[in-house]
Amino acid sequence: MARPRLAVIKFASCDGCQLSLLDCEDELLAVAGAVEIANFPEASRAVHPGPYDVTLVEGSITTEHDAARIRAVRDETAVLITIGACATSGGIQALRNFADVGEMVRAVYARPDFISTLATSTPISAHVKVDYELRGCPIDKGQLLELVSALLAGRRPVLPSHSVCVECKLASRVCVMVAHGTPCLGPVTHAGCGALCPGYHRGCYGCFGPAETTNTATLAAQWQALGASRRDIHRAFRTFNAASEPFCREADAHG
Amino acid sequence: MAETRRIRVEMLARVEGEGALEVDISDRKVQSVRLSIFEPPRLYEAFLRGRAAAEVPDITARICGICPVAYQMSSAHAIESAFGMEPGPEIRALRRLLYCGEYIESHALHMVMLHAPDFLGFEDGIAMAASHGDLVKRALAAKKAGNTLMCVVGGREIHPINVRLGGFYRLPTRAELSALQPDLARARDDAVGILRWASRFNFPDVERDWELVALRHPTEYPLNEGRIASTSGIDIAADEFDSVFEERHIAHSNALHSVVRARGAYLTGPLARYALNYERLPAHIQALAREAGLGPVCRNPYRSILVRAIETIYVCEEAMRLIATYNPPREAAVPLTPRAGVGAWATEAPRGLLWHRYELDAEGNIRTARIVPPTSQNQPAIEADLLDIATRRIDEPDDVLQLACEAAVRNHDPCISCATHFLKLTVNRR
Ligand code: SF4
Repeated sequence: MARPRLAVIKFASCDGCQLSLLDCEDELLAVAGAVEIANFPEASRAVHPGPYDVTLVEGSITTEHDAARIRAVRDETAVLITIGACATSGGIQALRNFADVGEMVRAVYARPDFISTLATSTPISAHVKVDYELRGCPIDKGQLLELVSALLAGRRPVLPSHSVCVECKLASRVCVMVAHGTPCLGPVTHAGCGALCPGYHRGCYGCFGPAETTNTATLAAQWQALGASRRDIHRAFRTFNAASEPFCREADAHG
Repeated sequence: MAETRRIRVEMLARVEGEGALEVDISDRKVQSVRLSIFEPPRLYEAFLRGRAAAEVPDITARICGICPVAYQMSSAHAIESAFGMEPGPEIRALRRLLYCGEYIESHALHMVMLHAPDFLGFEDGIAMAASHGDLVKRALAAKKAGNTLMCVVGGREIHPINVRLGGFYRLPTRAELSALQPDLARARDDAVGILRWASRFNFPDVERDWELVALRHPTEYPLNEGRIASTSGIDIAADEFDSVFEERHIAHSNALHSVVRARGAYLTGPLARYALNYERLPAHIQALAREAGLGPVCRNPYRSILVRAIETIYVCEEAMRLIATYNPPREAAVPLTPRAGVGAWATEAPRGLLWHRYELDAEGNIRTARIVPPTSQNQPAIEADLLDIATRRIDEPDDVLQLACEAAVRNHDPCISCATHFLKLTVNRR
C-alpha cells in the first residue's frame, strides 16, 4: 500500500512549529518511513506535486497572495491540520488587528510603498475548512506525534481540550497563584504544554490560547485581587493569541 | 540568435524564510542578481512599542523558531543595559550555557540535515540517511543533546519560557545539569565525527574577500557579549552600530539590508566568528581544525560546514565546563529597575550577529525598538556570491546553475523567518 503523502506548508510564522517535527529526533526517521514526505521545503528540495493526504499548515494569513495560496492548499489535501498559534489564531502578528497597519509599516520600513500586507493577521480557519488544530506557540511535539500516529492508525487522536490548570494539578505542581500570588493564565489556557511555566515558578502566559470553556472574567478579577493593573491584564490577553475570541474580549474589557 | 531562457524555482529548500532569486543574463553576461524577500512582514518593531520591558524577551523569541535564545539574549541584555541592571557572573554563565544548547541544536541540524546533502548529491538529510545512516543518527543525537540542554535550562527548546530580564525564573539544580554531561560528551564526539566526515567532501575552490564582522571578547569565544569587530579594523561598542553600519530598504522586498557605510557588503556568522576569534579556541580544538584542513581564517563559504563543526565541538566542551563549574546564584534574577533610557546590544546568533536597540520610558515601556538580524546583514554578501557563481557557470544548463545557486545560499544558513523563505529562482537569459 502506498504511504500517505505529507506536506508541510508555511505562511506568516517563525518556523518554530515545523521545526518541532525535525525536533522529534528519535522519531523522525520512523515518521519519514511511515509517510512519504512529499512537500516539506524546510527539510527537502524534493517537492512533489499534490494532492496530499495530510497537510500541516503553519502560519497566519497576512497578504492577499497568501489568502489565495491557502485555498489552493486546501484544494490539494484530504486532511488539513493547522499547527500552532499563528495558524489557529493569527499569532502574535495579529497585534496589527488592533492598530493602524499603515502606521506600523511606516514605522518599520523606509519605503512603505514596497510593502503589501493586509490590515489583519487571520487564522487559517477564517479562510478554509480545517480538520484538526494543534495549539501552542510552539506546538507540543508529543501532541504532533499523537495526531500523526492516530491518523496513520485510523483512530481518533487523544488531544485534551481542558485547561493548563488541570494539567498542573495532574502533574501535582504547586499552584503559583495560590502559593506565591503570581498571576497565571493557566485556568483559561488550552492544555498541551504539560503546565510548563508553573513548573518553572512562573505564571502561564497563555501561548496555547483559550481552553474550550473559559471564564476569563473571573480570572481577571482574581488577577486584580493579586495586584495586577488593568494594563497588565489587557496585555496578558493581548499577546500570542490576541485575536482568539475569548482573549480578545477580555483584553477589550481592560483596554 | 540571442538566447532567451527562463528557469523558475518555486522554492529554495532547506533554508528558512521566503524570497525570490532572479538572475538576469543577456549578451552571454550576467547583468544582475537579485535576492528578494517575500517573507510576509510581521511588524515586530512596530508592535513592540508600548509593551512592558519584561514582556520583550518572550515576544522577540517569536521572531525565529530556530534561534529564539539569540533573540531573547540580545533583547534582555539591551534592556538591562538601558536599566543599568547587572545580573552578575553566575547568571551570565547560565545564559552562556543556554546559548550553547542553541548552537548545538542549530549547527547539528544545519550541518547534516540541511548542508551536507548538497555535497553528496541528496535532496535532503532523510534521503541521505539510507546510505549515511550512522552520520545522520549521530547528528540527530547531537541535536537532541542541545535541545535537552535548552529544555533543562530554558524550559523548552523552542521559545524557552525560563528567560527573563535580570536572569531566570527558576535556577536549574546541580543534579539536573550534571545529568546532561554524558550526552554532551557524546555530542562532542559526534561533532568530531561529523568534522572528519565532512572534511573529505569535495569543496569548490573559492575564496571570498568579504569584510568579516563578529563580536570579539577579551577572553572567550563570543556568544553573549563583546565588541563588534571586523577584519578591516572595525572595533566598536554595540551602541555605536549606527555610526558604522547602515540599514537600507531594498526595492520590492520586505527585507532591510545592512552594509558598512564606508565599504558596503560584509559577512557575519561562523566564518566571521572563527576568523576573528581563532585564538580564543583551545589549542586542541585548533589542532582539530588544522587536521580538517582549516587555517586560522576560512574564506570559503562551502567550508563553513567545517567551521560549524569546530564551533559545535567548542560549545559542547564549553557547556560541559559551565556545568562542572556551576554555582547557583542566591537569586534566580536581579530585580528589575526601570528607568528612561536607551540600550543597544549584540550577541552572536548561530548564523551571525544579532543587534537590538530599545528606547524605554520611565515606567519601562518600549518607546522604539530596532532589530537587525544576521540574514539582513549577510544578504548583500550572499548576492555577491551568487553573482560570481552565475558568472563563472553561465554556460551550464539551467538545472545545474540553479542547484549551484541554491547551494550557495545554503552555505550561509540564512535565518528562516528573520529575513528569508520561498526563494524563487528566475534566470532570464536573453
Ligand atoms: S505559533 Fe509560535 S512557534 Fe509556531 S510558527 Fe507561530 S510564532 Fe512560531
